[in-house]
Amino acid sequence: MTPVDTPLLIAEGLSKWYGRQLGCRDVSFELHEGEVLAIVGESGSGKSTLLRILAGLMEADAGCVRYRMRDGVTRDVAALSEAERRFLFRTDWGYVHQDPAAGLRMAVSAGANVGERLMAIGERHYGRIRGTALDWLTRVEIDTGRIDEPPTRYSGGMRQRLQIARNLVTGPRLVFMDEPTGGLDVSVQARLLDLLRGLVAELGLAAVVVTHDLAVARLLSQRILVMKGGAVIESGLTDQVLDDPREPYTQLLVSSILPP
Amino acid sequence: MNAPAYNFAYLDEQTKRMIRRAILKAIAIPGYQVPFASREMPMPYGWGTGGVQVTAAILGPADVLKVIDQGSDDTTNAVSIRKFFGRTAGVRTTTHTTEATVIQTRHRVPETPLKAGQILVYQVPIPEPLRFLEPRETETRRMHALEEYGLVHVKLYEDIARHGHIATTYAYPVKVAGRYVMDPSPIPKFDNPKLSNSDALQLFGAGREKRIYAIPPHTAVVSLDFEDHPFEQWRHPASCALCGDDASFLDEVITDDRGGRMFVCSDTDHCESRRAAPSQPTVQDAEVARG
Repeated sequence: MTPVDTPLLIAEGLSKWYGRQLGCRDVSFELHEGEVLAIVGESGSGKSTLLRILAGLMEADAGCVRYRMRDGVTRDVAALSEAERRFLFRTDWGYVHQDPAAGLRMAVSAGANVGERLMAIGERHYGRIRGTALDWLTRVEIDTGRIDEPPTRYSGGMRQRLQIARNLVTGPRLVFMDEPTGGLDVSVQARLLDLLRGLVAELGLAAVVVTHDLAVARLLSQRILVMKGGAVIESGLTDQVLDDPREPYTQLLVSSILPP
Repeated sequence: MNAPAYNFAYLDEQTKRMIRRAILKAIAIPGYQVPFASREMPMPYGWGTGGVQVTAAILGPADVLKVIDQGSDDTTNAVSIRKFFGRTAGVRTTTHTTEATVIQTRHRVPETPLKAGQILVYQVPIPEPLRFLEPRETETRRMHALEEYGLVHVKLYEDIARHGHIATTYAYPVKVAGRYVMDPSPIPKFDNPKLSNSDALQLFGAGREKRIYAIPPHTAVVSLDFEDHPFEQWRHPASCALCGDDASFLDEVITDDRGGRMFVCSDTDHCESRRAAPSQPTVQDAEVARG
């Protein structure tokens, strides 16, 4: 197989128990380069547990996550050393939190937030760091005149866009997003989704997006996993699953969207 | 009561052994913060409890002790610590840098270059250079272990973004022996180059934070910076009003409420010995001669 045919991320039989409480059970899928996968389901269905396991923030009780590194070798993420995993996390991966305050350094300026990953991988030229930061602020539609303001002075939508810029600055191939539009009002959501869709297409990003909002899944993703009670009950192409849901629960989910 | 009130140098021998072990480990891993069981000392935190414990652990009866506070031998902190060891250890004390074998310091490195055999003990308030950007101790330890030091540059970046230059003037972060990033305690960055390749042993004690770290003699210490904003030493662009030195670190002294001020050497011993040496004309002398 050529490298392009090998999946970027492979999940095999992932299970997680919180004591006697099931987190998720036997989840398997493959994600290819440039592909966006949405994980939908109600609260407590195991979406976030799955995302945290995929991103290596939590250990699975069973199963493994394998990732094709930049050198083309597919490796078990759990078997990486901590240094390697953290390096991967801040270069080839991105993680967009639902709450931007969790993903940003709120006390330092927007420019430093964007530049942090560059400095972490050894960039030591102030002019270049600032140039890249300005470029990325433009790309996520933040006024470059506000580069020296801390995110505490930004609106919710701007913070979320700043968080995205901060993650994408090292050119990652895979981005994890946990409810990226949660907590934003509808017009800001629409703008953010538009921006995300543009960036994902332009950069050829692969992404795993956790959301309870089927509209987000439909706009961003090509494939979808529907989770209920810790298990994947339905999966397939997004349009197919949302237009012609097979499982009763998915039918319920789809029918609970208010008609426009 | 004829029994001595204190053990030699105040601390009991087992405590000194414990501190010495921490010091040896710190010397073996330059710049690494070694945790130690810091004791209550008869002075408040912030007055040098860490430095005092390190000094107590390394002091021998033959040592000559000098204590400086902001370069000065005669401020409250310096005088009381000097008297403390004079009473509890009976060691000889001095104000001359060249005579001392152990120098405990707060916020300065003496102007006179240190010699082999001398030990400089720093009092450290906050040993963690990453603290103000990363509040979690677990996380900063991991960052030291994995050599993830991008965050230090985030702080320097903020300086340049805000002030146009690296505005950190004291406690300027350094990298020791190419490995650990270290807080050199709040010495002015003017003194940073003196840390590198010194002939003397340098020990750092933080009493409240319970950490000891060290720079062994002849160890490379590099001040962190950006390629396009290199590290710069800074001093007041003036010369000392008492001894006329135009290369030493100066304190600004306000002399009245109408804007009058003078600059004097922060290192009092350096200033006094220059004035005692007959061949050095002072600025005042020069002015008198001119006038």
